[in-house]
Amino acid sequence: MADRIVITGMGIVTPLGIGVEQSWNDLVAGKSGAAPITRFDASGFKTTFGCEVKGFDPLDYMDRKEAKRMDLFCQFAIAASEEAIVSSGLDLDNDIDRDRIGVLIGSGIGGMTTYESQIIRLSQLGPRKVSPFFIPMMIGDIASGQVSIKWNFSGPNYAVQSACATASHAIGLAYMHLQAGDADVMLCGGSEAPINATGVAGFNSMHAISTRNAEPEKASRPFDIDRDGFVIGEGAGIFILETEEHALKRGAKILGELAGYGFSGDAYHLTAPAPGGTGAVKSMQAAMKKAGCKPEDIDYINAHGTSTPHNDQTETAAIKTAFGDHAYNLAVSSTKSMTGHLLGAAGAVEMFVSLMAVRTGIIPPTINLDNPDPECDLFYVPNKSVKRDVETSLSNTFGFGGHNASIIVRRWDN
Amino acid sequence: MTKEERVQKVKEIIVEQLGVDPSEVTLEASFIDDLGADSLDTVELVMEFESAFDIEIPDEDADQLATVGSAIEYLEKKLAE
Repeated sequence: MADRIVITGMGIVTPLGIGVEQSWNDLVAGKSGAAPITRFDASGFKTTFGCEVKGFDPLDYMDRKEAKRMDLFCQFAIAASEEAIVSSGLDLDNDIDRDRIGVLIGSGIGGMTTYESQIIRLSQLGPRKVSPFFIPMMIGDIASGQVSIKWNFSGPNYAVQSACATASHAIGLAYMHLQAGDADVMLCGGSEAPINATGVAGFNSMHAISTRNAEPEKASRPFDIDRDGFVIGEGAGIFILETEEHALKRGAKILGELAGYGFSGDAYHLTAPAPGGTGAVKSMQAAMKKAGCKPEDIDYINAHGTSTPHNDQTETAAIKTAFGDHAYNLAVSSTKSMTGHLLGAAGAVEMFVSLMAVRTGIIPPTINLDNPDPECDLFYVPNKSVKRDVETSLSNTFGFGGHNASIIVRRWDN
Repeated sequence: MTKEERVQKVKEIIVEQLGVDPSEVTLEASFIDDLGADSLDTVELVMEFESAFDIEIPDEDADQLATVGSAIEYLEKKLAE
């Protein structure tokens, strides 16, 4: 039987808070991270708010020169990695085989703000004024590179990109590397910082993001009839995964088991989900098969739940197909109602929620669920956290391009 | 701008770009060997000098700016042209 893969460290940066503790407290309390945009002057944009990370100072994690040479998405990845590494208790000062520690951090877009600012330089000042750091700051794999350089982890190192499913794919691939024996430890997850003029304008043109400018904190309302799009967010989520054998050998505190993943493609449309959520059904079913569990074994689903008209109905339909009658026993919540949509980091932050639900028996709510869409008739944990014994949870992420990824986390009794 | 002001400006740019302490920015200091710059840093440094003094430094001249002192010397010569 293949090695079981366990989670031994976690670190997150979200619009609710920097670090696990503050983010989790606000998730449980049902707070919204949405507010008017400060990262650029959004007046004149159709959307003037988002879920920004507040009070982030890169100098808490790196020196000034490093900070200048990293896009914000990469800075978030460094901050979350530091928390994850510390929480894992990995003894970096002593005998540790760094060749056996890999890094796999994805970003749905990469250094978009860097791209934007350098294109402005190109157009205003000419080609000779484009920064030599433009390319290495912008490329989406650079967080994996920077983390490996900072901590000298020399195992498998690259990134993966699948829009809003990126972090889940990164985590699933990290799992595969561990099971394949390519590494003993994988630092993995996702990071994103898309709140800039080009990003907001682009999502506006797609009619993908909410324009509820008068009430930002009410804008992300998954499964509610009055939803009008997602709320753009930013942040990072990083996990330390290990083989069970390696974790036990070093006496690590195991936070939970990464029980399985499932991937699929919609093969349907650039941005719209396949009718009936056929791709989502396949990814959930594949994850359950990998985890060796039946639909009845899943207690909680952290939904992709973007608050777009299409996603929430389609995902609901997919859950009903994949889970049958058990769909109505499940607790399903979308924490994007609070964090906004962290795009390529969403899968990691939401796996964090799934893991914490397993660990604490508390399920954070879907806030702003005042009038459920009649097509959305599951138990979405409306507006208030609930206490429930959660042994196994599943987290869904679906990306533009029809990339679907589901991750299953299971309780681990130390 | 007096020469003294120009030297000060050069040092400020170096401190800002390379994240070094002002005390390290001596005339003899080499950008790469002493101030921790890599090849990308030196390209950016040259760009900053260009913007600050409104000049153009051809790529083939960049090698002449290896130390703080040689950079100042180059810039003075260029500005005198």
